[in-house]
Amino acid sequence: MYRILKSDLPKLYAAISAKNDLLLPVKTAGKTNFALWTEDAVVDIEALKTVKSPKDAFFPQSENLYTCGKVDGKTTITEEERCNAPFVVFGIKGCDVRAIAVLDKVFLSEPVDSYYASRREHGVIVSMACNRPETSCFCGAFGIDCAQPEGDVVTWQAGEYLYWQPMTEKGEVLTQQVAEFLSACEDAPVNEAMEQIRAICNKLPLKDLDLSAWGAEAAQKNFDSPIWEQLYKPCLACGTCTFVCPTCQCYDIKDYNTGNGVQRYRCWDSCMYSDFTMMAHGNNRNSQMQRFRQRFMHKLAYFPANNDGMFSCVGCGRCVDSCPAHLNIVKVIKAFGKGEK
Amino acid sequence: MQELIERAKSLLEAGQVARVLGWKKGENVWDAEPAFFESADALDAFVYNGFCGANLSKYMIEAGKLEGKTLVFLKPCDSYSFNQLLREHRVDREKAYIIGVGCKGKLAISKIPFDGILNVSGADYPAAAEMLKVETLYGDVEIAYKEAMLERCHVCKGKEHVVYDELLGESCDTVDADRFAEVERIEAMSPEEKFAFFQQELSKCIRCNACRNVCPACSCRKCVFDSTAFDSAQKANTTSFEEKMFHIIRAFHVAGRCTDCGECSRVCPQGIPLHLFNRKFIKDINALYGEYQAGSDLETKAPLTCFTTDDAEPGVGRG
Amino acid sequence: MQEAMHECKCNPGFMRDTLVPQVGIITDIRQETPDVKTFRVNAPEGGKLFEHMPGQCAMVCVPGVSEAMFSITSSPTNKEYQEFSIKRCGDLTDCLHSLQIGDEVLVRGPYGNHFPVETELKGKNLLFIAGGIGLAPLRSVINYVLDNRENYGTVDILYGSRSADDLVRRDELENVWAKTPGVNVYMTIDRPQEGWDGHVGFVPAYLEEVGFDTNKVALLCGPPIMIKFCLQALEKLGFSKEQVYTTLELRMKCGVGKCGRCNIGTKYVCKDGPVFRFDQVDELPNEY
Repeated sequence: MYRILKSDLPKLYAAISAKNDLLLPVKTAGKTNFALWTEDAVVDIEALKTVKSPKDAFFPQSENLYTCGKVDGKTTITEEERCNAPFVVFGIKGCDVRAIAVLDKVFLSEPVDSYYASRREHGVIVSMACNRPETSCFCGAFGIDCAQPEGDVVTWQAGEYLYWQPMTEKGEVLTQQVAEFLSACEDAPVNEAMEQIRAICNKLPLKDLDLSAWGAEAAQKNFDSPIWEQLYKPCLACGTCTFVCPTCQCYDIKDYNTGNGVQRYRCWDSCMYSDFTMMAHGNNRNSQMQRFRQRFMHKLAYFPANNDGMFSCVGCGRCVDSCPAHLNIVKVIKAFGKGEK
Repeated sequence: MQELIERAKSLLEAGQVARVLGWKKGENVWDAEPAFFESADALDAFVYNGFCGANLSKYMIEAGKLEGKTLVFLKPCDSYSFNQLLREHRVDREKAYIIGVGCKGKLAISKIPFDGILNVSGADYPAAAEMLKVETLYGDVEIAYKEAMLERCHVCKGKEHVVYDELLGESCDTVDADRFAEVERIEAMSPEEKFAFFQQELSKCIRCNACRNVCPACSCRKCVFDSTAFDSAQKANTTSFEEKMFHIIRAFHVAGRCTDCGECSRVCPQGIPLHLFNRKFIKDINALYGEYQAGSDLETKAPLTCFTTDDAEPGVGRG
Repeated sequence: MQEAMHECKCNPGFMRDTLVPQVGIITDIRQETPDVKTFRVNAPEGGKLFEHMPGQCAMVCVPGVSEAMFSITSSPTNKEYQEFSIKRCGDLTDCLHSLQIGDEVLVRGPYGNHFPVETELKGKNLLFIAGGIGLAPLRSVINYVLDNRENYGTVDILYGSRSADDLVRRDELENVWAKTPGVNVYMTIDRPQEGWDGHVGFVPAYLEEVGFDTNKVALLCGPPIMIKFCLQALEKLGFSKEQVYTTLELRMKCGVGKCGRCNIGTKYVCKDGPVFRFDQVDELPNEY
């Protein structure tokens, strides 16, 4: 275990940044999101949840895949360069670290998505325990311990210090790079911090969220339920839940005509959008009820069925905080939970 | 609140309306959701409190396609949106039974700056308290009702409903700011400062389309931003210029029709003060063509859709 | 599928991503019907872009317009080129129909599973039922079967379209397949038409009328409404769902089961399909 005075963190950021791109929570115009560290960035490691999850670091909202041009009348295809330099994502919370494992199931399964894979290969995850979990948090329901997140390096804030524990080889390498700013210390303060965090977690209103109505077996069962008709109506068909979600991974592939070539890029898409499944000859999910159902069935039933029971939700609660109509996955989970009993 | 439920139940039971559009109790006091109620029993879950900020007017577009009348509860400011939708032939007055419900200012949980909120009391209607008691995981705290109010309530259009079948409940005066003060503050900035201000705010945009989808003025069946025919159809910003284009184009599209209901700013997950664009248009329209409030009535000609020879030509030069 | 993966030049160590296409040259275009053209595609250096199996699909793209999944209508036994029969029905297909021989398109694939020609279909009597452009995916199987004739039993092909002018590959149907020993071709059009002395009526009705025995595996492809009624007709004839294969068609973007569009239940049609046996289709939520 190592530690650094929190007041010295700017020096640590600068040191990390000297050898790696550093992404961390930065406050801009009142809201905190992961952004590239610069000397004048307003770093905000006190914020429990960034508005957007850090999934951008590995699966950006928009990224070029390749560019088409013409040379002597022949079409050329120039692939976008893959990530080939190390970068560090600092301050990821336990739920969001687990969300990366969810994304891995999608993008690292065959055929491997090389754009994502190159970022995973070069990215170092420095996670951070959650000091002040929120009412909307329910990571515990998915077996995530926010007091002791996964990651290449795990950090804790306690008192004046940030505690630092490398967990993987990547984490050790990073620790070596910034060793001059870290000093070895006892585990005790961290153990105490973890105890405090877990005590708060025990008081969270959603800590006992019952997922028994969901999982692989629910794939068939819940689809035809009349509950969906009652649940979806306030849904505005916007993509807020999708875009703040750390595990949503649906994307669109589109063209951008630059005037002297065509950039083919992919961007996040939302199964909540009416044109998501639209084809020239029709749409197999014509109603918002069907689209709403798809999002939750995918996260809570289809994904677990295909991935050994792993849910595509990590209980970060961002959708709970940001849905304009106050709909969210918790209400959906509970609605079916009631149906069971 | 009980008064509203009783009235809704009696209208429903008398067969005067086929359904009720209101707000349904959520998991917490602050997360009531817009909801349709089709039976008296269902109305037991009805709620109306300080957190029922959602403007229900836009839901009336879909409700108007259903059999029978829909009873809808509209707050004073929501009634402007409904009127504007009427003018645009997007809702059917005959299919709506409007109860103009009183309003004491609407709250947003995001305006209550405490961690781990477990409960908020004092947000009831009509008995709204001056101070909200906030129970949190980290101790009990208090905040003034006014401090937790949505921006739009500080510059409220007034207690009057502009369209209704009947009125229920008291409203109170919540105005304590000048509606155009922030616009004027930005107008006074240098071009560089203005650019930096909007750059900062708009760079947070995640193109989730919540602002567009909640906006009662955005009722086009096919939005230009959903067109596949050209490159504006992005769900993501391809360049740093994109997000500005989205919001500026949207502001132009709703100019002269925006009632300033403030829903765009209420729903933005990134807290972008989107209403400022619309309010700038409103301020300019007022200055150039005379005071105009979209949705205030069905008769006044809309300044941007009627031409008179006296019209100012702002493109040529003011005054 | 490995053939489609090349070592990526810009970043050694990574294979070319499956999302990145290859340039294909259109070397032949045949107007099949007023709104269907068949495009022959070769690699710029000649030969095929990749190997595939019958029923598999590929993404065809016109840069700046769009990209969509089309079934490969040529048989893998064809060693020289690949063909796509494409019906004009949207922005991309409009553009494809305006292309000339020598023009370039971008192609990536092949994607998805294929008809089990080397396993479950081997040694069986086969009944192909197609409507309109639905012949495109089945043509790949028909030619594969005819080129490996000894591995399969009898072949019956029942094909229908709106009118005689809308029969795709009519020449091949009448002059090649119908003349192959052990192959019966049945054609029908929806409404009577001058100059047509063949059968008139919808495909499902004709299917019942001909009344095939059940010692067969049926491969069914066409518009959803035709599929629905053909399945009923087949069940009346005594076929079980395990004896009937079809293909599903949904909006696709990635082709590899990641972008989420063609997800129904636990399946991704682009990756786990497009070929499904009807008992498998029945297990999917009713959303296709």
